[in-house]
Amino acid sequence: MSRDEMNEWLERLLRHERRAVAKLISRVEDDRGRAEIMHSVRAHSGKSLVVGITGPPGVGKSSLVEALTRYYRENGERVGIVAVDPSSPYTGGAILGDRIRMQAHTTDRDVFIRSMGTRGHLGGVARSTADVLRILEAGGYGRLLLETVGVGQSEIEIMRLADTVVVVLNPGTGDGIQAIKAGIMEVADIFVVNKSDMPGAERMKNDIEMMLDLNGGAGPLRRPPVVLTSALQALGIPELGEAIAEQQAFLRESGQIKIRRQVQLQRETWHYLEEKVRALFDGTWPQIPQDWLEAGERDPFGLVEKVWAKMTGGRDVS
Amino acid sequence: MSQSRIRVLVGKPGLDGHDRGAKVIARALRDAGMEVIYSGLHQTPEEIVEAAIQEDVDVIGLSILSGAHLTIFPRVKELLREQEAEDILLIGGGTIPEEDVEVLLRQGFAEALFTPGTPTGEIVGWIKQRLEKKGPEPARAND
Ligand SMILES: Nc1nc2c(ncn2[C@@H]2O[C@H](COP(=O)(O)OP(=O)(O)OP(=O)(O)O)[C@@H](O)[C@H]2O)c(=O)[nH]1
Ligand SMILES: [Mg+2]
Repeated sequence: MSRDEMNEWLERLLRHERRAVAKLISRVEDDRGRAEIMHSVRAHSGKSLVVGITGPPGVGKSSLVEALTRYYRENGERVGIVAVDPSSPYTGGAILGDRIRMQAHTTDRDVFIRSMGTRGHLGGVARSTADVLRILEAGGYGRLLLETVGVGQSEIEIMRLADTVVVVLNPGTGDGIQAIKAGIMEVADIFVVNKSDMPGAERMKNDIEMMLDLNGGAGPLRRPPVVLTSALQALGIPELGEAIAEQQAFLRESGQIKIRRQVQLQRETWHYLEEKVRALFDGTWPQIPQDWLEAGERDPFGLVEKVWAKMTGGRDVS
Repeated sequence: MSQSRIRVLVGKPGLDGHDRGAKVIARALRDAGMEVIYSGLHQTPEEIVEAAIQEDVDVIGLSILSGAHLTIFPRVKELLREQEAEDILLIGGGTIPEEDVEVLLRQGFAEALFTPGTPTGEIVGWIKQRLEKKGPEPARAND
């Protein structure tokens, strides 16, 4: 893609043309001109807060995104959605099925839904998911919703992307305990007990509240509310919408948003550096002399130091 | 490093309620390394084209068993044209009589149609070959 073509797509993006949104997302996702595109996009985005919906497989994340979208549309907001599903680690292929539940919004011009495969990235999102959200924002979709892969753990990645982390669990399952073990308690801004039309919802809510009590002082700045919903019967959705609005107002008014964005920036920066370091390591390793390797079998830490020195050209960067 | 993937929207327009064929194809395409956006049952042509545009797919694959192929394929093509998205390939499968296959292909209402029982490998091969011709940086009319 020539610079002129790219500039034309970027102009069309700012005119909120849907084809431009879609094309630029593909470019960034495929890593074709990603840095240049994002340089322009970032100048026109970053104000919107991202609501990230996460939780175990099948808890109703897509159904909740659908219901929330309906709620925001009734307020006249334009909604941009990214839904991530896992890519096969063997073939790199993926079946992206979250859209099925969001069909009702497909032809609404004020809603844009984009499915992404993880393409080898771990932690429930894809490498470029943060960028895709910003492209949607620059394209005129001010209300941003992110559905992660259905995972029960390693939720830290969602912190890099979402300003409001909504953790969805179901009644009558071991989800609550699993979530606590996996460290979800710490990252959740809001808990949702979805499928509250099924038995055990109140009990689940109480379990979560109790864990929050136990967490006590060391917990988050703001105690996460626990909201009961049924996406199926459209119950509790306004309550969830309000819980999100309150948390986002708190972020803005307390100035926490600034701190949060800096933590996100730190993670994002590390994320890129990790790729660079890995590439450097992969390039260095074949040059390691045989006697280093033999010595390394006896003293692996010594080898690490030597490899690090070689990678960094002897400069002290630590 | 480019991470390009072929993206395919698999849709099931019409009123018949069974999508086993569509799912088999979806899995075969995934196993061939493609990203398959599965959009579910009972899709209207408008929904299919809109989803294809948002997802920026290279190919739309329609599974039709309801006998509505003579209206659905031309309608999808027409909508793609209206959206300046004719670069998206349109293919299909299902129970389509041979004479209709010929008509649809001749009039350019579909790029390829596969009859039931076509080995999935053949469909995978067709897609890969067609997209290879476009090259890694496709020269598209409106791109
Ligand atoms: N009873 C009941 N079923 C629900 C509710 N919400 C969703 N479901 C059903 O739960 C199943 C999974 O819903 P999804 O929205 O696809 O769940 P998900 O978390 O997005 O699933 P993955 O993306 O595959 O992890 C579907 O069959 C839904 O109809 C609810 O509130 N009550
Ligand atoms: Mg889902």
